[in-house]
Amino acid sequence: MLRPSTSIPRRSRGPLWRDPAVRALFFQGLLLATVLGIIAFLVHNAMANLDARGIRTGFGFLDHRAGFSISQTLIDYSSNVSTYGRTFLVGLANTLLVSALGIVAATIIGFLVGLARLSPNWLLARLAGAYVEIFRNIPLLLQILFWYFAVLRALPSPRQSITVFDSFFLNVRGLVMPAPETQPGFAATPIALGVAILAVIALVILARRRQAATGAQWPVLPLSLALLIALPLAVFWATGSPLSWSVPELSGFNFRGGMQVLPELVALWVALSIYTAAFIAEIVRSGIQSVPRGQTEAARSLSLPGGLTLRRIVIPQAMRVMVPQVTSQYLNLIKNSSLATAIGYPDLVAVFAGTTLNQTGQAIEVMTMTMLVYLSISLVVSALMNLYNARMSLKER
Amino acid sequence: MSSDSEEKLVASRPPPTPQGGPVYWLRTRLFSGPINTVVSIVTLLLIVRLVWPVIDWALIEADWVGSSRADCTGDGACWVFISTRWSQIIYGFYPVAERWRVDIVLGLFFALIAWLVIPRLPGKRVAALMALVGLPIIAWILLLGGVFGLAHVPTRAWGGLMLTLTIAAVGIVGSLPLGVVLALGRRSKMPLVRAICVVFIEFWRGVPLITVLFMSSVMLPLFVPAEVEFDKLLRALIGIMLFWSAYMAEVVRSGLQAIDKGQGEAGAALGLGYWLRMRLIILPQALKLVIPGIVNTFIALFKDTSLVLIIGLFDVLSIIQAGLTDSDWLGFAIEGYVFAALVFWVFCFGMSRYSQIIERRLDKGYQR
Repeated sequence: MLRPSTSIPRRSRGPLWRDPAVRALFFQGLLLATVLGIIAFLVHNAMANLDARGIRTGFGFLDHRAGFSISQTLIDYSSNVSTYGRTFLVGLANTLLVSALGIVAATIIGFLVGLARLSPNWLLARLAGAYVEIFRNIPLLLQILFWYFAVLRALPSPRQSITVFDSFFLNVRGLVMPAPETQPGFAATPIALGVAILAVIALVILARRRQAATGAQWPVLPLSLALLIALPLAVFWATGSPLSWSVPELSGFNFRGGMQVLPELVALWVALSIYTAAFIAEIVRSGIQSVPRGQTEAARSLSLPGGLTLRRIVIPQAMRVMVPQVTSQYLNLIKNSSLATAIGYPDLVAVFAGTTLNQTGQAIEVMTMTMLVYLSISLVVSALMNLYNARMSLKER
Repeated sequence: MSSDSEEKLVASRPPPTPQGGPVYWLRTRLFSGPINTVVSIVTLLLIVRLVWPVIDWALIEADWVGSSRADCTGDGACWVFISTRWSQIIYGFYPVAERWRVDIVLGLFFALIAWLVIPRLPGKRVAALMALVGLPIIAWILLLGGVFGLAHVPTRAWGGLMLTLTIAAVGIVGSLPLGVVLALGRRSKMPLVRAICVVFIEFWRGVPLITVLFMSSVMLPLFVPAEVEFDKLLRALIGIMLFWSAYMAEVVRSGLQAIDKGQGEAGAALGLGYWLRMRLIILPQALKLVIPGIVNTFIALFKDTSLVLIIGLFDVLSIIQAGLTDSDWLGFAIEGYVFAALVFWVFCFGMSRYSQIIERRLDKGYQR
């Protein structure tokens, strides 16, 4: 028979190295010392190496005259007076331009291909599937080189341009197209657009309040579309259509007037869009497939019309799956635009981390600035994404 | 509750007749309605316009044999361009007399992959050990030389497919364990460990690989003592490994998050320490869950090996790209790029299909 023990044995603390808290402190101290040691070692080496090569550290070089020309500048730049700091901004603007163009095109192509993959039409679904399998399994760099060297370099000379409507010309020097030229008085139109946007926001808020109070719905979408289109157009006409188009014309060996798009930009844009679209298509497909069939069936049993089912039931749930993944594809696209270096499109990496770095030798400063740009774009976008995610995620109680 | 409708039984109908055959298939898949019919016809026209010319160009009208540009007589592709450069595409600028060494390494590499990949072959543990420890040592000795009377071949002379595979293999073998450690660190309860891992991962994921390669080629030499001579290839490999380990860490982390907390607690209740718990219970389950993610990262890594072109290493793509500027072969860009695309595509598509097979096989435990 068991007897209750008379005294509970005292819990001994055991040796110090068995205590998890002490051990955690010890490991973290060790890790910190290692990391700091490595950093100190690297900094020490860098200082010694820079000294030996006679390179002065600091960002003073940004005020020096750059003295090289850039083939596409969205902001004022001249090789005679502009500084290295200016080259940074020019490169950044070009990176943002090609990223924005790429994001728009990749989204459109990606959605179309993703929907086509789900089509009941066997042929169309297979074609979309082949598109995805081909383009996402080939390196992006290879695709950029292909579009640039194999397609655009093989285009005819300006005299034998491929012409569309007598105003778009595609040739070996790129795409020439009509450029808008603003006349005095044009400024009123963008202002009208701004007013229209504010009016639409007010309309949406009012309509929502009204629906909450009375249950009645306003046709918000047609109304806002009408506002957005009609108001700027009316102002545009009222001020006497102050916008003319400069149509390019062939004169001699080159075009006069119009706007010339670099072949490098075209190649990079096409490659980035087609490559990223393959990934977006897969995301769209998985997003739509992730919405259970029962959701649609339940909506139908409530006799919700098809369009409303799609808008209020299916798409919001699919978006929850799609938006975070699509955003990371956008980020990838922005980062991938740095491959511009390979074909000489003057993006941030080519202009700043390439030419400027080679001319000044300020490797540490230049690389730090370049990486910080990409890093901050990434961090800002992922912060916004997390906000969106927190708002859209399933509220479970 | 009796109503009129319940009094009369609905007359039974005959079962639907099973339908099949090509006509039925066509009717349901392609021509089920007016819209669908139009879509089918348009798609078919598109395929005929797009795909047929490609087949015609690449296979039917193409030239296959010859030794110079003069042999390209047909209207289609001239694959002579590829066949004359075949050895360079495989070996790069590796000295001709020493190429048997590359052959041995590549042969071993593919044999080991086959051993690991084909499920019926026994001794997977031995194969994995060979692939992770044996092969790298053998490859190191054979490819670089300088010992056992083998002539030293500097990495400058490496190139082509062997370089692509070397970079991919080192990147994969190096980034996976590093990624696992980082993922564990990010989920650690020690705040300092977690913070360091988070900063490391977010930094590498936030910058383009190209700037990492730039950094490894211009900045790394500044950070080591002046007397250390750092090989260009080695610098690129370090950059690639650090970069991809961050991506790998996020994939592994998602797997770790999917494992029930009870699994670790059960292990702790059995008296297992942290590392044993991770090695025996958590990681095997977590890694199994994220095999698709890991293979996706491998595929991305494999594709991105082509970026070494920008820092002047001659992988498959750069060798072909360089060949295009050869004055004897100007104007064969399409053939060159199509061939390079085919090489990358075969590897990447193979990997993605294999990952799907393995996923299905490992899923047996959940199939009822």
